Amino acid sequence: MKTNFKKIALDGVITSNPTLKLVLGTCPTLALTTAAMNGLGMGAAVTFVLICSNMLISLLRKVIPNQVRIPAFVLIIATFVTITRLALDYFLPDIYESLGIYLPLIVVNCIILARAESFASKNGVIASAADGLFMGIGFTLALTLMGAVRELLGSASIFGIQLWDASKFSIGFFGSAAGAFFTYGVFIALFSLCSSLFKNRKKAKSYKLLKNAELCLETASTDDNKKDGE
Amino acid sequence: MDFLVILSTMISALFINNFVVSQFLGICPFLGVSKDTKSAFGMGVAVTFVMTLTCLITYPIYTYILVPLGLEFLEIIVFIFIIAAIVQMIEMALKKFSPTLYNAMGIYLPLITTNCAVLGVAELVIDHEQMAGLIGLANASQMNMGYAVLYGLFAGLGFTLAIVIMSGLREKVARLPINKHLKGFPIAMIAACFIAMAFFVFALI
Repeated sequence: MKTNFKKIALDGVITSNPTLKLVLGTCPTLALTTAAMNGLGMGAAVTFVLICSNMLISLLRKVIPNQVRIPAFVLIIATFVTITRLALDYFLPDIYESLGIYLPLIVVNCIILARAESFASKNGVIASAADGLFMGIGFTLALTLMGAVRELLGSASIFGIQLWDASKFSIGFFGSAAGAFFTYGVFIALFSLCSSLFKNRKKAKSYKLLKNAELCLETASTDDNKKDGE
Repeated sequence: MDFLVILSTMISALFINNFVVSQFLGICPFLGVSKDTKSAFGMGVAVTFVMTLTCLITYPIYTYILVPLGLEFLEIIVFIFIIAAIVQMIEMALKKFSPTLYNAMGIYLPLITTNCAVLGVAELVIDHEQMAGLIGLANASQMNMGYAVLYGLFAGLGFTLAIVIMSGLREKVARLPINKHLKGFPIAMIAACFIAMAFFVFALI
């Protein structure tokens, strides 16, 4: 079976972006986008767990009985989250601190279970790893982008670098809980707007091609030519 | 247990540190099951019940079994299994003893296992320092099981409060003419934004 990596990549990052299109894993998205760095850290942790759990589940997909697959998936995910947590606590204590309670909550992040159920339990190891990687990248990108916007408007800095004096211009609203909901809502709406614009352009392009083809058909007067044109 | 601390636990869990709108736990059911008030209320009651039971079971298991054995790092795996088992048992018990309640609550129960509010409360109550700050205890060592269960109960009620308010708002919003890109999740998020603003006032008092 040949794996279509281009489709997996496009699906994960754009067409079915877990954060902006599928609206999964909303809790960390809302809580950890106060700063771009937090979003990046959370995204990296989720990506790691997603790749590992996808690979292991895909390896074991013929061994795990269908009736107990959900508990088995949860156990696998919980194991990798524990590993991530211990590693982060040891190597990057700053990020461990800032992720706080949301790090153990990766276990119940719907993205990971959804990918395990809908992709890894049906596909090969390499394809599952790729799916985990690109879904993770899509999640990380969305979180980092939202974090950057909220950090920039809320505290006039980006990735912790102060750009201008926060007392001159900053909107505290974007740093608060209400701002998180607002930013997320606007992001989903903008994403849907952009994708529909893109789709319309594509449609217009194919419509133009169709028109050209029709013109060709009209100029070709004989029946034989018509057949070729089709 | 001190009466004042009990009172501050209630107010903190219900309003100031409301699970949904200020700690962002349990957002998935908050957005997914809030289309009408009746099902929102059912979900809220089911979550409250499971959260209270979870605190009642996970807190002693962590403090009296995992900590003495030095197995704290296993907490995530142990907790998620306890929650899954509790939910499964409630489902079976309800099916056997109260079919009417099962019909009303049954469909929400499987969803609760993967609700981050439940695992969140289990993780939160074992963090004594953070809990002492949240419920207004003078000293982290005063934290005990009674407060943990109380916090679980009121955090669940706070979740119910938020999801019921949200469902009321969404029922109204559904009748308005809205741009097609804003329909569904985006407008729900913006409605949640206003609820969060309202709850933010409690933190200022």
